Amino acid sequence: MILEFILGNFNYWICTALFLIGFYAMIAKKNLIKKAMGFDIAETSIFLFIISTADVEGGTVPITMGGEVLYANPLPHCLILTAIVVALTTTAVALSMAVKIYEHYGTLDAEKLMEL
Amino acid sequence: MNLSSHLPILIVVIPLIAAFMNPLIGWRQRKFCNPLAVIAVSASFCIALLIARTVITTGRISYHMGGWAPPWGIELAVDHLSAFMCVTITFVSLLAIVYSKNYVEKELAEEKMVPYYTLLLLLIVAMLGIVVTGDMFNLYIIVEMLSLAAYALVAMSEEKRAYVAAYKYLLLGFTGAIFILLGTAYLYIITGTLNMADLSVRIQPWYGSWVVFVALALLMVGFGIKTALFPLHTWLPDAHSIAPSSISAVLSGLVIKTGAYCIIRTLFTVFQPRFVIEVMPVTSALSWIAAIAILVGSLFAISQTDLKWMLAYSSVAHIGFIVLGVGLATGYGTTGGILHIFNHSMAKGCLFLCAGAIIYKTGIRNIYDLAGLGDKMPVTMAAFTIAAFSMVGIPPTAGFISKFYLGLGALEQGTWAGWVFAGVILLGSLLTAVFYIRVVNNVYFGERKRREEIEKDEAPLGMLIPIVILAGGCLIFGIFPKIPLALAEPAARLLLGI
Repeated sequence: MILEFILGNFNYWICTALFLIGFYAMIAKKNLIKKAMGFDIAETSIFLFIISTADVEGGTVPITMGGEVLYANPLPHCLILTAIVVALTTTAVALSMAVKIYEHYGTLDAEKLMEL
Repeated sequence: MNLSSHLPILIVVIPLIAAFMNPLIGWRQRKFCNPLAVIAVSASFCIALLIARTVITTGRISYHMGGWAPPWGIELAVDHLSAFMCVTITFVSLLAIVYSKNYVEKELAEEKMVPYYTLLLLLIVAMLGIVVTGDMFNLYIIVEMLSLAAYALVAMSEEKRAYVAAYKYLLLGFTGAIFILLGTAYLYIITGTLNMADLSVRIQPWYGSWVVFVALALLMVGFGIKTALFPLHTWLPDAHSIAPSSISAVLSGLVIKTGAYCIIRTLFTVFQPRFVIEVMPVTSALSWIAAIAILVGSLFAISQTDLKWMLAYSSVAHIGFIVLGVGLATGYGTTGGILHIFNHSMAKGCLFLCAGAIIYKTGIRNIYDLAGLGDKMPVTMAAFTIAAFSMVGIPPTAGFISKFYLGLGALEQGTWAGWVFAGVILLGSLLTAVFYIRVVNNVYFGERKRREEIEKDEAPLGMLIPIVILAGGCLIFGIFPKIPLALAEPAARLLLGI
């Protein structure tokens, strides 16, 4: 019973674990680049979560070839494709800011930067 | 082809095209960037007025992107609240762009000028996109576009801590985005639709499900970070005080208000008022949080000596006023909250532009060094005083009207909590008076450090005109409150369904 519950929802467990890892890295890591990696992991976990809910058991690709076809929901994939672009842009901005911070202050340690 | 039916998309697309034209034109000749931005946003302002007129006469406008009918296609839905926000956004950002011309030439490095206007236009596009869209996922994407432009604009400042402040803003803003995405995903998973109007119908059988509770909580936290609602406000004072002053005016006056708009939309359009008031009492929770925000924000502002830091903390308090009005969920209260969006964006925009003018001319940021500026920059300081009075809520300024409505709304609730909220509104206004009157007092009656003759030395005309218009607005809309109320009152009634 419990085993079934765990195995039946394994995609949710993986997403939750990834989300927590990412969130932990964002909060606990001092290095700004590690923080950026943390939020990428957290965001990716949500992408996986949304995509995994699009699956239909026995479904194929949503291309109509005449007749009734059982297909997986294509919309979440499209949404996540857009969300990936957003995540990519944010990461690019964050990393370029990290470069500038290192150039200006010579450190990427969040605690040292807060003392400025 | 009837052009007037395309107004909701034109208001977004015109500044968007201008944003992409900007680097091309700026590459040849930098001085054309500002006129281009002014023309594009003026066009948007005219369209916003047209939209407001159409909405008042015929009601909600629904525009189908690419001709695909909702819920399959993306719908742009413009109702009274959206039209109200469109006019506010285009009005204040147009003045901020006019102001930018002289300000940017002096305060920013020359090569930053082209990206400055491009990003500012994108920021305005994103704000307009948020208020016209009728699709949850679209909303998430545009909120992110808004935040990205805002991060870059904060980092553009010449201040020493600019990059650190922008990084802090980015980390918190991104956390908010994660929550918004997850909340939207939950709503999509249970209903299979992303269109707001469709969602509000299909979600009704799910009221009482844990998924809906979690989705609403996630959305509230996500938008709460974007709005800088206490206790999620920690990024705001850094970002808003360090950004260039014209950007501070837009960030503080408009960007955080679009977060408040998202909260209103989620509470009353996606979810029904019945659900958020009775089943899951989010509105009363928001009211209490907002009441704390008013007091804490004001107390923090009192302890600041830097002018822009004080203004930034004052924004935390005034976002509290807006969210309190929304949370009251009574006719007068929500009208007051929506009206305060407009009044506060005018007053706070004016104050930040004045702070920018003071820094532009004298470089002073400490409020105790401002003594004697009343003689040196009489027009700027007169506008500052009017806007400060509007923030406090002294009649006949506009701030009085919205606070009056908020107070009425609190008493309309008729419970002991309503009396507490009314007390908080009064106390919050008193605390606001403490730190604004202190500045005004210093400016006009403060002890000068050097007893020399002060020459009149005003900011250039391009900076003075927007300041004077905003200060005039604070007075005019205080004397004739019927003009903004023509949109704000039906907006609140339609949202609450009363």
